[in-house]
Amino acid sequence: MNIQELIGILKLDLKNNGCVEGVVSGCYVSDMLSDVLANGKEGNIWITRQTHPNVVAVAAIRGLAGIIVPGGKQIEADTLEKAESECIPVMSTPLQTFEMAGTLYNLLLKNEKK
Amino acid sequence: MNPEEKKITGPHPEEDKEIYFPLNGGDFSDAGAGSKRLREELAALGVPAQVIRRAAICAFEAEINVIIHAVAGSLHYMINEDILTITITDMGPGIKDVALAMKEGYTTAPDWARTYGWGSGMGLPNIKRNADDLVIDSVPGEGTTLKIFIDLKADK
Repeated sequence: MNIQELIGILKLDLKNNGCVEGVVSGCYVSDMLSDVLANGKEGNIWITRQTHPNVVAVAAIRGLAGIIVPGGKQIEADTLEKAESECIPVMSTPLQTFEMAGTLYNLLLKNEKK
Repeated sequence: MNPEEKKITGPHPEEDKEIYFPLNGGDFSDAGAGSKRLREELAALGVPAQVIRRAAICAFEAEINVIIHAVAGSLHYMINEDILTITITDMGPGIKDVALAMKEGYTTAPDWARTYGWGSGMGLPNIKRNADDLVIDSVPGEGTTLKIFIDLKADK
């Protein structure tokens, strides 16, 4: 499943011109950036409430498929700009972290069983 | 320094292999500039993606450490044949107990750093895990120099 499909199914709001063809291998949930650098996996989609530009560097270094910001939290303009230059899609959802992670878990699990 | 190597003092040279980036304490806005440039350069040299990732994690964590703890510092890297050397120097405060600082979860980061999602006590352990060799030289009250070595041909 790629980001484009995920956006359609989960009704995510894509906030920049990120690369939506990236295949999603799984999900990582954390607001601690060193934790994501240590444990995020290539192709993971990352759910975080951190919205400053450092998240883009973390996602780019780790080869993450994209970033989802839950709770409808506003995302800084320079974060979106940087993400675009790194081809990282940044998406927003009104769902809170737990709901978003749970929905994504079920979706990716179902997709894996296909 | 080998006299044949060039000393560069800005992040713009296209053909040189020795690069220097200044870092300002408390200013996250430039964090990642050095590690981004490093990623791009290693990719252009055809270095395997896994090795680039390890190098970038080391460089980025080290940049962040300077920004959190020091007034100012710099990131400098040099590619000499198959060995990448990243040197991060700062002007204090220095690390009182390096062995303790290497323990995952131990942190002296201020609260403001944690609001940015940093300061979890994972930075130095992340660097250690991803480097092929790491040398820490720190004098409390004076500053810290980290030397990170990455073998560009070998993967861990």
